[in-house]
Amino acid sequence: MTQQPVISCKNVWKVFGSKPEAYLKTMPEGHSYDEISADGYIAGVKDVSIEVSRGEMLVIMGLSGSGKSTLVRCFSRLHEITSGTIEIDGQDIMSLSEKELIELRRNKMGMVFQSFGLLPHRTVLENVAFPLEMRGQDKHTRRARALEVIKLVGLEGREEYFPRELSGGQQQRVGIARSLAIEPDIWFLDEPFSALDPLIRREMQDEFLRLQGLLGKTIVFITHDFDEALRLADRIAIMKDGAVEQCDTPDQIVLHPATEYVRKFTEEIDKARVITAKTLAIAETKGTGEAVSADATVKQLAKLLVHDTREVIPVTEDGIIIGGMNRTDGLTLLLEAD
Amino acid sequence: MLDVTKKTSDKIELTRHKMALILVAVAAVLMVLRYAGLLPEALFRLPEAMIPPFAIWLDTIFNFVKDDLGLLKLTRFLTGGLEALLDTTANLLFGKRRWPNLGPIPWTSIAAVAAVLGYYLGGWRLAVLAAGTFVWTALIGQWKIAMETMSVLVIAAPVAFVIGITLGILAWRNPWLDRALKPILSVLQTLPFFTYLLPAVIFFKVGPTAGAVATIIYAIPPMILMTTLGLQKVPEEVVEAGHMSGCSRWQLLCYVYIPSARQEILVGVNQVIMLCLAMVVLTAFIGMPGLGAKLLAMMGSFKLGRSFEIGVTIVLLAVTLDRMSKAWVVKQPAHFEKGTPWWKRHVMLLLAIAAFIFFVIVSQFIEVASTVGRKQNFSQGKELDNLIKGFLNIEVVKSTTYFLRAFVNVQILIPFRNFILSIPTPAVILLVAAFALWLGGRKQAVLAAMFFSLVALSGWWDRSMITLYSVISAVSIAMLIGLPLGIVASRTERWSRRILLVCDTAQTFPSFVYLIPAIMLFGITDIAVIFSILIFAMVPLTRYTIEGLRAVPHEMTEAADMAGATRMQKLWKVQLPLALPTMAVGFNQAIMFAFFMVIIAAFIGTQDLGQELQRTLAGTDLGKNFVLGICVSLMALTFDLTIMKWASDQKRALGLGE
Ligand SMILES: Nc1ncnc2c1ncn2[C@@H]1O[C@H](COP(=O)(O)OP(=O)(O)OP(=O)(O)O)[C@@H](O)[C@H]1O
Ligand SMILES: [Mg+2]
Repeated sequence: MTQQPVISCKNVWKVFGSKPEAYLKTMPEGHSYDEISADGYIAGVKDVSIEVSRGEMLVIMGLSGSGKSTLVRCFSRLHEITSGTIEIDGQDIMSLSEKELIELRRNKMGMVFQSFGLLPHRTVLENVAFPLEMRGQDKHTRRARALEVIKLVGLEGREEYFPRELSGGQQQRVGIARSLAIEPDIWFLDEPFSALDPLIRREMQDEFLRLQGLLGKTIVFITHDFDEALRLADRIAIMKDGAVEQCDTPDQIVLHPATEYVRKFTEEIDKARVITAKTLAIAETKGTGEAVSADATVKQLAKLLVHDTREVIPVTEDGIIIGGMNRTDGLTLLLEAD
Repeated sequence: MLDVTKKTSDKIELTRHKMALILVAVAAVLMVLRYAGLLPEALFRLPEAMIPPFAIWLDTIFNFVKDDLGLLKLTRFLTGGLEALLDTTANLLFGKRRWPNLGPIPWTSIAAVAAVLGYYLGGWRLAVLAAGTFVWTALIGQWKIAMETMSVLVIAAPVAFVIGITLGILAWRNPWLDRALKPILSVLQTLPFFTYLLPAVIFFKVGPTAGAVATIIYAIPPMILMTTLGLQKVPEEVVEAGHMSGCSRWQLLCYVYIPSARQEILVGVNQVIMLCLAMVVLTAFIGMPGLGAKLLAMMGSFKLGRSFEIGVTIVLLAVTLDRMSKAWVVKQPAHFEKGTPWWKRHVMLLLAIAAFIFFVIVSQFIEVASTVGRKQNFSQGKELDNLIKGFLNIEVVKSTTYFLRAFVNVQILIPFRNFILSIPTPAVILLVAAFALWLGGRKQAVLAAMFFSLVALSGWWDRSMITLYSVISAVSIAMLIGLPLGIVASRTERWSRRILLVCDTAQTFPSFVYLIPAIMLFGITDIAVIFSILIFAMVPLTRYTIEGLRAVPHEMTEAADMAGATRMQKLWKVQLPLALPTMAVGFNQAIMFAFFMVIIAAFIGTQDLGQELQRTLAGTDLGKNFVLGICVSLMALTFDLTIMKWASDQKRALGLGE
């Protein structure tokens, strides 16, 4: 698959401080985050290269202050990057004129903000319809569309409320609805579900998965919640001090952490929930009897693993046996948890 | 490391204070020499010959700009539009014969609309206040003059708002403009109002237009400041949400920034309205008809009863306008349930229109509902006069005012004034510089010395010193009363609230009305001047004392309690030191107010700059007017810079933040 990536960023730096460009030029190669801090600058994003392909959901994780929001802001050019290049659909966004940038944002991008960023003087309806209004849609179409997405996020009946009359979770849903309204191709979601209760959260996750599957949206998603990441992610990028430590599929991250930091960071994860039969399958052995699906996680297979008596269980993918997994490997993983 | 920096800063403090002491010592030497008769005259006062003719230079510049550059034509052309607007409101409000020739609107209609508006903004109480104000004005027989004042206000305030918000937005977008505007604004805010009036008269003809222009210029600065402040405070993420929604710059400004800064902008509106009212009243000095002019005339002819009634009208108007605009600040939009019919959404608007029309119709049939005639009003001028005279003749009152006049004036104030006048000019400059150095720092000291040297160069030194004397005496007495009052009031929540409310209300009164009680009690004397400044200046002193003391963190007073401090110890050792920076802000405001008031009080007849300034209004001494105005401004700025620097230094040192 040689499809062009939707977002492609190379050696991106975002340095905060009084004269970041000049500083970055004179900065010695391989300066660490702390050394930069000692010089009075903050490396919000530090030499990040990453590609996101069409229809992919990339989840960014990392501790507070590790630069997740900053990176996403660079993607949408809310921040002017200090050095490096960012291409959206093959176009260098730093070279865009103001007008082209506005066009890009109106037609292709959507964003949900960490602290919602709602306009305080507009009702829910007017907030949600705001991007449509900026695009110049007529009142009736945008009203109809806004009502549709408001219903989708479960805020029916509150269309006329003002943000300050809503709870945190409701406000967050307004932010989500606003970004849904224009159905962007590329979606930046900065902890979009942080204030939601588990029930609605799950609904929203499903909704995003549905939209992504249906329309091939590209999503960059920030979260602190591993469960959420595992449910949603095609790949996970783990950030520390502005740099991406590792960017890979969930099971690779868990099985083969690139750095000590990633290993520590992912320690808490129940591996059995991440690792699939496919990962454990060994091509040389085939096993006998009923096969299991390659996508199934060890956790999902728990019952089978405990009750089955076979040593080796065959694994199928698309109807073809790709190998066999050792039952004991699976059991070991299961028992490792907690 | 912290220790080291602290030590060096200690050392700097030490040398700074030492330097200040040296300056004081030099000044003392100069004074001693003077009293011993050894000081050459040239060092006592700047010789006439050395005073540059600033006034003439300025006049030349003005004339050049006015005539040769054709600014006069331009301004008179520009104000054509303003004049048309003023004529319209004049016709509508008090029936001046101009387009659209519909007015005057019956007073009952205006009162009814005011009541509905009051109810919409702040409920029943505001409705009663608003209606009450207008009913009072009509019944007391001051409707026409009040409407003369209002007709200028309703034009000046919106124009000042538009100009202020535009400049504010521009200053926020362009840092260089912001940097250029800041010093101009701070000078504008300390310029005495007479300085606004004369150029207005010269460039815009005598009459409502000149008054409106002066008022507009006077009210613009706070609007600019509040706009920039509000725009800077819009949360980053809200702006980013606007960007991501694809706003163009213009859309971002109109749909995101300005609505989000609503609160600050409305606070600016409140200030614009209040300053406009204060200024419109003062335009009486350039002969604008209205409440101010009437008050001026009545006070001039010592008709205290009528003066008092006009004062009440002005105060009521001020309070109403203030409360209404403040209610607007805090009023947040509330939602209507879905499916609310449109008439319900706009019920207040409809009600206002209905009330308006109803009273217009009623007044077609009932004369009194339209205008209250001369014989029909309830003015009690004569009776009040007698009442006041009777009060002043009560033995206790009489002896008190007499004592104040005789003792305080003769024994304290006049000697103090003579003392200030006896100090050699260079010694005063040194003393002021020492004061600025002690409290502020090197920069403040240099500026202070420069500013006062300029005052000396202006050739109006003695009059400036008399102005300074009035300010210092009045503020000192205000402190003697205001600080203890604030301290006592701050003890309990209830009293704090009450006194703060009084201060808040008093602060909205146009300064002019403070003259009324002063003249009532003391007639036309020096004491009356000091008294009017004193009550005006006491307001911020008391207010900030209470606020400073109330803001002392609870843990600290509790810690003092646990350490076994007595009330007095707690006050002196804990509360006052912590409250001092805030109190200093109040002190500063008191001084600014005093400079403002001293110029107005010139009306009573003083010998200071104010008196001269007022004289320039009669002629067309633009140059002299400016020189005098700038003298006042320079002195006020010196205090402002120094005290505010001290307050912010102190706040930082105490870790209280800004
Ligand atoms: N506008 C700014 N100016 C200066 N420093 C900034 C700015 N924005 C972010 N930073 C700094 O960049 C670093 C990364 O911030 P960022 O908001 O990206 O963190 P984050 O990973 O999103 O954290 P969180 O999980 O708390 O949202 C922080 O140290 C922050 O202080
Ligand atoms: Mg963040």
